[in-house]
Amino acid sequence: MISAHGLRKSFGDFEAVRGIDVTVRPGVAFGFLGPNGAGKSSTMRMICCVSPPSAGELRVFGMDPAKDGPKIKARLGVCPQEDTLDVELNVYDNLYVYGRYFGLPRAEVKGRIEELLDFVQLTDKAKAKVDDLSGGMKRRLTIARSLINRPEILVLDEPTTGLDPQARHVIWDRLFRLKQAGVTLLLTTHYMDEAEQLCDELVVMDQGRIVAHGTPLGLIHEHSTREVAELRFGVGEHEALAAKVEDLAERIEVLPDRLLLYSDDGESVIEAVHSRGLAPVATLVRRASLEDVFLHLTGRTLVD
Amino acid sequence: MVDYAGSGPATPPTAPSGLVSGALRMGDYWLTVLARTWKGGVITTFVTPFFYVLALGVLLGGFVEADSTTLEGADSYLAFVAPGMVAAHAMTIAFSEMTYPVYGMVKWQRIYFSMIASPLTASHIVLAQLGFLMLRTLFACGVFLLVLTPFGVFETWWGVLVAWLVQGLVVLGFGTPVMLFSLSIKGEESFALIFRLGMIPLTLFSGTFFPVANLGPVLEKIAMASPLWQGVNLTRMLALGEIDWGLAAIHVGYLGVLAGVCWWLAVRRLGERLVS
Repeated sequence: MISAHGLRKSFGDFEAVRGIDVTVRPGVAFGFLGPNGAGKSSTMRMICCVSPPSAGELRVFGMDPAKDGPKIKARLGVCPQEDTLDVELNVYDNLYVYGRYFGLPRAEVKGRIEELLDFVQLTDKAKAKVDDLSGGMKRRLTIARSLINRPEILVLDEPTTGLDPQARHVIWDRLFRLKQAGVTLLLTTHYMDEAEQLCDELVVMDQGRIVAHGTPLGLIHEHSTREVAELRFGVGEHEALAAKVEDLAERIEVLPDRLLLYSDDGESVIEAVHSRGLAPVATLVRRASLEDVFLHLTGRTLVD
Repeated sequence: MVDYAGSGPATPPTAPSGLVSGALRMGDYWLTVLARTWKGGVITTFVTPFFYVLALGVLLGGFVEADSTTLEGADSYLAFVAPGMVAAHAMTIAFSEMTYPVYGMVKWQRIYFSMIASPLTASHIVLAQLGFLMLRTLFACGVFLLVLTPFGVFETWWGVLVAWLVQGLVVLGFGTPVMLFSLSIKGEESFALIFRLGMIPLTLFSGTFFPVANLGPVLEKIAMASPLWQGVNLTRMLALGEIDWGLAAIHVGYLGVLAGVCWWLAVRRLGERLVS
């Protein structure tokens, strides 16, 4: 569906994307995980034919975005980071006018709107003004709008950023249904839980480069231990105490507010820490996540 | 509950086959916008022209005693000022539709960005918006001319008909540069500039309310170089039946070239704003 080789994007002296290789197969939920400024959105914009690549090769549906932008865009669904809804129009009209941009007959667009409003649970809001919708509803409407042409690839740029936890779960549920229906999903996120929940395959991006590629579980397995023991000591003590416990784990990460000890048996690590006479203010044993993968690969957390 | 895979007919989405077919896809957008906003435009379209004709043409014009030579061939001040007001009305519509609304579509609601994510391009978007502006202006100026008819200020029916069609060109002569301006500015405060230094002086000194000869030889030439004078003089010649065809061709050429160049630049500028 999508292939990129040595893809680059520069804005003046700033290089946002520094030569990435990506292949997205049909029916896959493919994620770009990385912090803000990693180059995820720039990559998405190139795939969506609204940002010409500075170098490298990009093909979407086997076509070149530089030559066949409109043909590619006809088959894509785009859910941008900011909801670009028309607040002058109501929910129904936002979908109707958008369907017409794709050359779909009026009657067919109307039929699809009924289905899509049902799918995103906004049927009773059909005549509501966009301004009266909550953030989660606006995002669902934007997703519905991006599905009006029954796209072969749905591109979602940070689909749940800025939403409360409940609204995020509703979006995830809808996206999971799309995935089950066979729609290829392409999404960027800086939420590791989002990437873990939705993505079959993902790349971790940092400073314009891909630093890892694989399945969420595969990446965790490859770059982390099964469990992580978190130790919280007094403010400013973590750096000094790290030396006293580093031999207890396969790897240790020192964060400003805690120590992360990577081990397949986190409970034993905590016990060993206590047996050395150390008394952390708080301890936690958890399963390793993509956050740990990112930390290992870049030395930074996703929210840095 | 639909587990979305989509049912019913499945017409494949397509890229537009040409410029006009793409712009026509936006017809429903502009009709929907019109359906939501027409009520606010009723007063401007129907009542304001009548007030202007009554206040300036009839009541103020009643004090103007001038022969038809001074009034560029018009029998009365009302007959002189009426065609000018029609052209100025077209210009005002261009300013109101192409300033804040265009800026908002780039900067505030960012609607252009949703349009460009579809198979449409900047060329389709600009053509559709200017096409809608032209139709809207033709409707508003048509009403204005109908309001003027009972006052007996027109010489021939065909002159009025052509004068009406000319308003489509007048509005493009202003709509395209104003759209280009709105797509190019960094902040909305720049609009004060074109309203105060553009629209208002143009309205007052481009021959709408008095013959430009009254300005004196130097200022007269400056006024004659303004796009509004081209529109006003063209409309007035047609309404009064005093047509200098050579001059009329210059007016049409002037407005046509202005609209064409600014149209091309507006498409480029919109493309730069949306695709980067």
